[in-house]
Amino acid sequence: MIIIFAVFLLTLLVITAIGIVRAENLFVAVMLTSIFSLIMAANFFILDAADVALTEAAIGAGVTTVIFLGALSLTAEREKKVDVSRGLAICVVVATALVLIYATFDKPRLGDPEAPVHQHVAPWYLSETETLIGIPNVVTAVLGSYRAYDTLGEVFVVLAACIGVLFLFSARREKKNDNTLNSLTSPKSIGLQHHFIPRVVGRILLPFIILFGLYVQFHGEYGPGGGFQAGAILATGIILFALLEGEQRALAAIPSRALLWMVAGGAMLYSLVGVVGLLLGGNFLDYSVLSTDPVFGQQIGIILIELGVGITVCGALLSIFHAFAARENY
Amino acid sequence: MELLGYYNYWVFAIVLMIGFYAVIVSNNLIKKLLGLAIFQSAVFLMYITMDKVEGGTAPIIQAGVTDQIYSNPLPQVLILTAIVVGVSTTALGLAIVVRIKEAYGTIEEDEILAQDRPS
Repeated sequence: MIIIFAVFLLTLLVITAIGIVRAENLFVAVMLTSIFSLIMAANFFILDAADVALTEAAIGAGVTTVIFLGALSLTAEREKKVDVSRGLAICVVVATALVLIYATFDKPRLGDPEAPVHQHVAPWYLSETETLIGIPNVVTAVLGSYRAYDTLGEVFVVLAACIGVLFLFSARREKKNDNTLNSLTSPKSIGLQHHFIPRVVGRILLPFIILFGLYVQFHGEYGPGGGFQAGAILATGIILFALLEGEQRALAAIPSRALLWMVAGGAMLYSLVGVVGLLLGGNFLDYSVLSTDPVFGQQIGIILIELGVGITVCGALLSIFHAFAARENY
Repeated sequence: MELLGYYNYWVFAIVLMIGFYAVIVSNNLIKKLLGLAIFQSAVFLMYITMDKVEGGTAPIIQAGVTDQIYSNPLPQVLILTAIVVGVSTTALGLAIVVRIKEAYGTIEEDEILAQDRPS
């Protein structure tokens, strides 16, 4: 039964992707990307990847769409029509697709327990996590402890990308330097306040989104969730607030300077946990030495680094959003 | 039924190539980035497809349950972090596109190249 649903969703995915490529109105294309991400999240869920589905739904369907729309409002909403022959491109793409499909026949079938990917470290992770770390969610254990170096690197990539966006937008434009647009009556600063229904619905939803974000953050060791998802959900909630009540009020609640401290502070917290491990006589990012009981030490370490990840991701996504939104006022 | 086991991989190949097509064919820089995002999602789909084990469930150990099969947690971890990094790099790309628009007044590739060409 589930396989029919999966085939249906995957076919829908292909159709949506074709729709995105064919759409001339970029607004339509961005909206279709949001739908594409939601279908993808449903697919991930069917394939047993609950954590990844949560991330894709929060980031792909939520934050990415908002950032794309922010960029669209600064550039152009329509794609210019061009009359170029696409025959060569179509030939290349179809040929490559056929080669790739031919190659899939050498791959193990979906769900094959004998596949090489299931033979290496994965069984060890699944059998040893309970005794070594003592938390039920193996994904969080691998993310936070076994592969903590990798995750540290990813957090610093997010930090670097955020700094890059802020640097690119730090240069001011020469024209339009009058401050009239910045006044409290501009459409940007009042948000959707004059629309009754979004405002009421948003106000009802907002506390639950924030609460759910915190739940995902602190329950990530027991169920699907963790710092990456929580940071994205919290950022989505605050972006919703900014859209409803206007940029100014969102920035009054969390000023951009505080956001910068969050981005850097989360990454610093993560590295600090590693350095403390070094000082206590263990390896870098080895949490066993954080407490007399190694299993409890692992749990402390994972909770701390997940907190660092959550703070950095939330701060970075919000900084990027505000950078795009503030650009219009120059 | 045997062939359905490969359907995920076929969709991966087709979606990957749709994204690639958008990257090479479109003149519009935002459309190119959308194509890149599709390309990236296709790779995510391939990794997550590999994590599935027949009859398995999400890798969250249930207390007291002994003979449960769990899907592979490793590809999930790789892709989970990749999604977050993906949105950051996409935002960086969009920031560059916005700066190009401010400098050239257009985000169509052929117009930008025409402006750069010494006349």
